[in-house]
Amino acid sequence: MKTTLHLKVNGTTHTLSLNPATPLLYVLRNDLQLNGPRFGCGLQQCGACMVLLDGKAQPSCMIAVDVVKNQEITTLEGISSGDRLHPLQQAFIDEQAAQCGYCLNGMLMSAVSVLQETPEADDQTIREGLERVLCRCGTQARFLRAIKRVIR
Amino acid sequence: MSQPTRRTFLKKLGILTIGFSLPVSAAEDLPGSLKKTPAINAWLEVLADGKVRVFTGKIELGQGIRTAIAQMAAEELDLPMHHVEVVMADTERSPNETYTAGSASIENSAIAVRYAAAAAREKFIQLAAQQFQTKPERLKLKQGYVECRNQRKSFSELLEGKQITEAVKMPVALKPKGSYQLVGKSIHRPEIEKMVRAEAWYVQDIRLPGMIHARVARPPSYGSRLESIDEKAFRKQFPDLKKLVIQGSFVGITGPDEFEVTQAQQWLQEHIRWSAGKALPAGKDLVGYLKSMAGKGESVVQRGTISPNATWKARYVKPYLMHGSIGPSCAVAWYQNEKLQIWTHSQGVYPLREALHKLLSLPPERIHVQGVAGSGCYGHNGADDVAAESALLAMALPGTPVRLQWSREDEHAWEPYGSAMIFEAEARLDPEGRIQDWTLELWSDTHSTRPGGNPENLLPAQYLEKPFLPEKSLEVNGGMTRNSEPYYAIPNLQITAHRFNGPLRVSALRSLGGYGNVFAIESFMDELAEKACKDPFEFRLMHLKDERARATLLKLKELLKNEPKNPSEGIGIAFARYKNTAAYCAIAARVQVIQSSVRVLKMWAVVDAGEIINLDGIKNQTEGGLIQSASWTIREQVRFDHQQPITRDWYSYPIFRMSEIPEVEVHVLDRPEEKPLGAGEAVQGPAAAALANAYYQASNRRVRELPLLLNSYQEQIKPEK
Repeated sequence: MKTTLHLKVNGTTHTLSLNPATPLLYVLRNDLQLNGPRFGCGLQQCGACMVLLDGKAQPSCMIAVDVVKNQEITTLEGISSGDRLHPLQQAFIDEQAAQCGYCLNGMLMSAVSVLQETPEADDQTIREGLERVLCRCGTQARFLRAIKRVIR
Repeated sequence: MSQPTRRTFLKKLGILTIGFSLPVSAAEDLPGSLKKTPAINAWLEVLADGKVRVFTGKIELGQGIRTAIAQMAAEELDLPMHHVEVVMADTERSPNETYTAGSASIENSAIAVRYAAAAAREKFIQLAAQQFQTKPERLKLKQGYVECRNQRKSFSELLEGKQITEAVKMPVALKPKGSYQLVGKSIHRPEIEKMVRAEAWYVQDIRLPGMIHARVARPPSYGSRLESIDEKAFRKQFPDLKKLVIQGSFVGITGPDEFEVTQAQQWLQEHIRWSAGKALPAGKDLVGYLKSMAGKGESVVQRGTISPNATWKARYVKPYLMHGSIGPSCAVAWYQNEKLQIWTHSQGVYPLREALHKLLSLPPERIHVQGVAGSGCYGHNGADDVAAESALLAMALPGTPVRLQWSREDEHAWEPYGSAMIFEAEARLDPEGRIQDWTLELWSDTHSTRPGGNPENLLPAQYLEKPFLPEKSLEVNGGMTRNSEPYYAIPNLQITAHRFNGPLRVSALRSLGGYGNVFAIESFMDELAEKACKDPFEFRLMHLKDERARATLLKLKELLKNEPKNPSEGIGIAFARYKNTAAYCAIAARVQVIQSSVRVLKMWAVVDAGEIINLDGIKNQTEGGLIQSASWTIREQVRFDHQQPITRDWYSYPIFRMSEIPEVEVHVLDRPEEKPLGAGEAVQGPAAAALANAYYQASNRRVRELPLLLNSYQEQIKPEK
């Protein structure tokens, strides 16, 4: 039941032979060896697997790869330009906004999505945009500070 | 991510240890983990390029210990931070420091590195003085060189490529604290850049050639046994899968395609027939049930005589809580050439190796356990279990690396939780409002079932053909009584503890019994303050003699000086010194209560962790502790039906989401002349009590049974009492 499909990830089109029902997350992590999107729940409840689908943050752990074959997929690897970090990535470093860092992908990708839509987002808008992403270390206060640093 | 192994290291270390001739008393005088591992090169190696490699038996869990240790080594050797490389827990490279736990890494490991680095500095100076024929006072360390006017030699040149194999001998001259360039400052953690760049960092990111994926089929309850499995039907359904491993009631499935393996896991869970395990006490009054199972009380502290006329009594309850790592546990195992290698986020690589040695009947020298970062664990979660499971599968598939990823349900339903606890407190006040008598009776399960070299605490060991089953004991132990004695001057005191063997699997969760004990003690202190007609600050200060404790509370009081009183809102405070011997912590919380909803608006923490190593590290841990403890206290409770835990995902076990996160403000008191103390767990207990006390101020309702807020989903399916 393998089929061949083309997937556009971080600007590059990949030709893959796989089960079209495979969740996008497994394809990104295993077939394309990307580390950005992470497995957290497989239930779309925690946001660790967040990617941008046509620029909007969406969980990738349940959506079948076949469904997104015509969309632009961006992972955490794709938001920096070469060595130059995205301002949000830099802000997370500057604010030391991480403990274990496992949720960072979800937080960063959601923040990119929020700021693309609302560049001057207020506290409530940022929180709403990050609501789907869980952090267990309790680093959320730092994430908020880092994102606001970019808006300033 | 695989690093070259250095098998010679252990051997070398073994010889050193055997040939080691310091008298016992000298080793006992050594600070921290040097007592057990005194050789300098067990902690520090000089590299040819002028850098230094530091070894620690601790693992980075997101708490920042890697950076704190690097800072202490760099400071003593006058090196820039990026010239210090840190190798963490690895049974072929690092010293054996058992577990990364109990906020003890600074006190044991970082201190050992500090002294080893200072001893190395002495050695470099001594060698350079000889080689340059000059006085030690004329020498200076700079960027990995020892300099004297126009001569200089690198550390490596001075040692002629060798390492310092001598033991640290006290006294060792440490660098004067006044000249510190790095220690005490906020130093960035270099791994954060790797994380934001999505570089491989976690055990989940390990990809080896030919690696296959694995899952484990779980029984419906703890005690269930495999009755039958239709392997023919399974083969027909999944012809491509590599191997179904069945050992007793342990069922693992492996294959090259991760998605297919998850489908196979699901099929197996639906089609395997299991026996019914022992029923869980669902629908019963849990408090009464747990107390009825408990052993007789053991005295923890007994001082003076308690008179019969108590002024006030109260009972507090803390539910079962889960660690709730965001990334479920994961491990990679590879058995090749009769050697087993495991990559794990376990908190104790050596005890895990010992337990695996007994589980697999494989000599320890043929097991290499390498620590790799995982998702934050906050104690003993599924890390060791998944490592043991991956080992069983790898042994069944020689030559093939196996990556086992637990599912969300595996982690939620099978991790060892933090035990439920019950506290009954009584106190008598004198006419001036001073506490004369204090009685606390507590009931708890154990707070540590770490493998500690014993396979019976590894989940899969309990399901093998010849299972290893944990012994049930009613003996009271240190985890449950942690912080059970109030840090206040009280003339007559009686603390009694009872142990039960509760229905759920339990182990160490951040601060162990400290969270529940401090919640109970500091809630009760608030109730007593009201009985004594005293302000909560004043009442605590009246009973506190330790100046550092008083200073911590007084700083908090100052921070709250201009805080307004708002309708429907309340501010509560609490204080504790972690383990009564470690970091001091005073917390305040402002909450808003409207009808049945509660919002945490702001939390403040004042921490005295002695000498500060990484200021931002302490702040980060404390901010995180405030938010995590608020989530535990307000929202969380593991629930179960007759068969199994029913809180199996993030809907049934909700934790704080972004909209609920309070503002946090942390102040760290600097005590450069005091011993540095771990600060990772000090917040958990006082934060809980501060929230309960704030809730009372806002609503006039005293909640003595956590969580403070049962959300509507929990209300609906809460078992009937």
